[in-house]
Amino acid sequence: MRIGFFFNKAAYDFMNSSLKLSFRMLCRDWRAGELNVLIFALVIAIGGLTTVAFFADRVELALSRESNQLLGADLLVISNQPIPQLYADKAGQLDLAVSSVTKFPSMISNSDSSLLTEIKAVTEGYPLRGYVHLLSEKPEKLVSASAIQLARQIPQPGTIWVDEKVKMQLNLKKGDGVDVGATQMIVTEFIEREPDHSVGFINMNPRVMINATDLEATELIQQGSRISYNLLIAGEVKKVQQFRNWAKTQLTKVQRIEGIRDARPEIKAALERAEKFLSLAALASVVLAAAAIALAVRRFTQRHLDACAVMRSLGASQDFLLYLYLNYFVILGIIASGLGCVIGFAAQEILAQWLTGIVDTALPWPSWLPALQGLLVGLILLVGFALPPVLNLRSVPALRVLRRDIGLSNAHSIAGYAIGLIALSFLFIWKAQDLKLGLYVVGGFIVAVAIFSGIGWILIKILSSLRHQAGGVWRYGLASIRRRAASSVLQAVALGLGLMALLVLTLIQDDLITDWHASLPPDAPNHFLVNVQGDQLQSLEDFFIEHDIERPVMHPMVKGRLVKINGKKISLKDYADDLHAERHIRREFNLSWSDKIAADNAIIQGKWWNNDTIEAAISIEEGIAKTLRVKLGDELTYDIAGNHFSAKIASIRKVDWDSFRVNFFIVVPPGLLDNYPASYITSFYLPPKQTALIHDLVKTFPNILVVDVAVVINQVQQMIRQVSQAIEFVFIFTLLAGFSVLYAAIASTQDERIYEAAIFRALGAKKEQLSRAWATEFVILGGLAGLFASVGATLLGYVIGRHVLHLDYTFNPGIWLVGTAVGILGVLVAGLVGTRSAVSSPPLLTLRKIG
Amino acid sequence: MLDDIVEQPILRTESLTKQVNTGEAQLTILQDINLQVEAGEAVAIIGASGSGKSTLLGLLAGLDLPTSGKVHLDNIDIFTLDEDNRAALRGKILGFVFQSFQLLPALTALENVMLPLELSAVANAQSVAQKLLDRVGLKKRLHHYPKQLSGGEQQRVAIARAFATDPKLLLADEPTGNLDSATGIQVIELMFELNREHGTTLVLVTHDEALSRRCSRQIRLVDGKLARKVT
Repeated sequence: MRIGFFFNKAAYDFMNSSLKLSFRMLCRDWRAGELNVLIFALVIAIGGLTTVAFFADRVELALSRESNQLLGADLLVISNQPIPQLYADKAGQLDLAVSSVTKFPSMISNSDSSLLTEIKAVTEGYPLRGYVHLLSEKPEKLVSASAIQLARQIPQPGTIWVDEKVKMQLNLKKGDGVDVGATQMIVTEFIEREPDHSVGFINMNPRVMINATDLEATELIQQGSRISYNLLIAGEVKKVQQFRNWAKTQLTKVQRIEGIRDARPEIKAALERAEKFLSLAALASVVLAAAAIALAVRRFTQRHLDACAVMRSLGASQDFLLYLYLNYFVILGIIASGLGCVIGFAAQEILAQWLTGIVDTALPWPSWLPALQGLLVGLILLVGFALPPVLNLRSVPALRVLRRDIGLSNAHSIAGYAIGLIALSFLFIWKAQDLKLGLYVVGGFIVAVAIFSGIGWILIKILSSLRHQAGGVWRYGLASIRRRAASSVLQAVALGLGLMALLVLTLIQDDLITDWHASLPPDAPNHFLVNVQGDQLQSLEDFFIEHDIERPVMHPMVKGRLVKINGKKISLKDYADDLHAERHIRREFNLSWSDKIAADNAIIQGKWWNNDTIEAAISIEEGIAKTLRVKLGDELTYDIAGNHFSAKIASIRKVDWDSFRVNFFIVVPPGLLDNYPASYITSFYLPPKQTALIHDLVKTFPNILVVDVAVVINQVQQMIRQVSQAIEFVFIFTLLAGFSVLYAAIASTQDERIYEAAIFRALGAKKEQLSRAWATEFVILGGLAGLFASVGATLLGYVIGRHVLHLDYTFNPGIWLVGTAVGILGVLVAGLVGTRSAVSSPPLLTLRKIG
Repeated sequence: MLDDIVEQPILRTESLTKQVNTGEAQLTILQDINLQVEAGEAVAIIGASGSGKSTLLGLLAGLDLPTSGKVHLDNIDIFTLDEDNRAALRGKILGFVFQSFQLLPALTALENVMLPLELSAVANAQSVAQKLLDRVGLKKRLHHYPKQLSGGEQQRVAIARAFATDPKLLLADEPTGNLDSATGIQVIELMFELNREHGTTLVLVTHDEALSRRCSRQIRLVDGKLARKVT
């Protein structure tokens, strides 16, 4: 019978007339103010949702752009041979900005002395992200912000920019000449810092920068030189990704691509967590929107029972009513959600303007995806939650015209909300853009709804049985909760979910920010000492004591090349498909020894050694174990200065690379490497005021290489500060969206309350008595919601913190108190404010309208 | 001896007028109503649909505000009071019976009858309410909710509630309007019986001429104005 339905003339007329009637009905309801609550809830919910989504989108874009400054570009193509033109051509086709950097070590000299430096030859446009910071020529003066300026261009041909170390060691001033290979260049600027200065800081030489057009004249580029060719790429996120995907198919063995996340693990971790948090915030706002819409829809359908009954008694078919309301909701959904999107866009723009005043990052323009998502969320939620009750409405007995108390069967409503929930689940997974996070949230959501409803139902039954012990108005409050048990449970659950979403965000936000600050505390090591010799340990220690600096732990280090795994000689061919592994095998590893495991390391497999361990054991870092494809018990053989050293893997460690402390891929028990030449490495924190000490240190121990990572640390810390701020802003906005739920919850029972108020007043109740009766109800509702939220947030916070964001979750018992108190106070205040008009409207009007 | 006391009317109106703004025009619903009801009287307000009967009743009870004019209830000018004090006065001296019963759906029959007693802080609310429900023949329905009761039963609960506080004045708005005639007759009988037992003054709004004749006096409203006395 349904086949050909849409091609049938009668069916067409049917559809057409239901569409027209839907539209007319919508207009009438709008005029009569029937839609106020529903539209308001929809607009606010979608407005809140899109605000958060738009803003999170922009922050995400800004964060990755910000962090890309540390790379000087969005993406690098790196090779030890000149990079083929086709990469630059492809980037050009994609409208991406391109620049290139050629780096190699070389001696430079002036009349006094010569120095091994890292020469960086750059082309026009460098750097594509971030700036080169130049120092004005007042060497004795303390470095202040005004003494630093941003470079507007690259060094002119024939000129050279040098960093502070070069300047000091060669005793240079502007205008001096320096020999670089076969040519002489004029020093024109001093570099304070470069964007990409930090990458691979361990083997860092003093740095100089020249114009790439001078490269040939230096005659330094020769067969066999150790040269790193870098092609810098930057532009729109999508196009960069497109380029990256294309480049992956083109790479030869000597080429690789690197984004900020490949280059800097600590930034990668911070960024990924921030992104997950932002999508969590967006998800939370979907939960809030869903709760608000579910509540508002409930009121709407209740008010439309009569209209349906009348239409049924006037001969409308069930199908007709279904199409009528389907059209009705789709039109309403598009209009209200559209309005919400517009408001959301405007709000996030204001938010962004405000934020740019506080952090010094210009936020990029957001994508349009959040608007589309907002529209869809509104439509799906409205239709998902409103249509099922309408499926019920169409089966409303026409008898309702005569007896108002004939209502809906609850079984249908529950099935209806199930459909809404399924629709919502799909939205979640889509919105999370992370299956794991999405599934956790959906799972948590569904389990929470089921458990909350069950507990709510039982608690309400228990509470209402107490009402016989309670006096008049209290009894009334309890009785109201019981009579509306289903809707009381719905309200408590919806409010509870909304509050839960907010509490989870609070918990996670706290943990996230604490974790970042903990991983990079203000006194995080900012200097490394490399190449300390064994016989210098004592005098270095004395130096630290003398200058009142906390004595750092010295880590021994022996260089060795991996030659055999399980007795089998390894060949590069075995790892030909893995550039990363190949690099590890080519170069020398740093082996260290220790009797205790480092504080920021954790054993994930096997056991750390104790004093009785006699056999040769190795503890290996998990990432490198994976790369080398070795497991617990495998024997590794290293070539150390011509001798072979073999040991079995006894444990696999997880290392927190974000900590800026010295860590090793390979650690062995003390004593095993005693016969090999060792040097020592350490990291320590030097307060900025004491940087002059470094000169003394270098003078006292000329062989020790001092690596200053203060700049890098500052950059990372600043980035983390910005991420934290962004997250706090997004959170505050999600909080605002929470109010839409509260509003909808109060509004959803407004009609009943106005009616109750009229009867109460006719029977002689004072306003205060009536308010007290309602307050009882609000306190119970709010308390239930707060309790649900606290339980849910504790569990969900743990799961998400632990399994999605990989944080050390700290249980916070205060959240129970806060959650319940916020629930009670929020619902009580909103409830009393929201019902003020109901208390004071003239009773007669209501009684006559209803009578 | 009674004759010596100058009886004050329990209810008196002075030029009571109610107008509403429909947006396009000013509509006069009641105009210059002057009437007076003595204690113990049973007065019927009759008139066609839309003549302003229910509006008048609402104003007499202070459930709505007049555009101008006064209502004296038990010698108190009720519109000089604020809403809370009017409510307190209602709780003390007024009882209501509505056309559509207006029971609170969340409460059982017993709790509905107890409510006005509890609002006025009467100590033995439950036993008073139980006795009254017994009196109206609902002894076995104490713990039923309104939706579990028939229309006639609901109206009997409403009558029991109206008499619970032993009011001086009972206002009834088309009490049989939503009932079939047989049930309507039963309910009316009950109401008049209780009225006699409690010595209450009754003001009854109806369009039913037969019913109105059971009252001692009829007041007719025509287009919002008082017509000449029928009796």
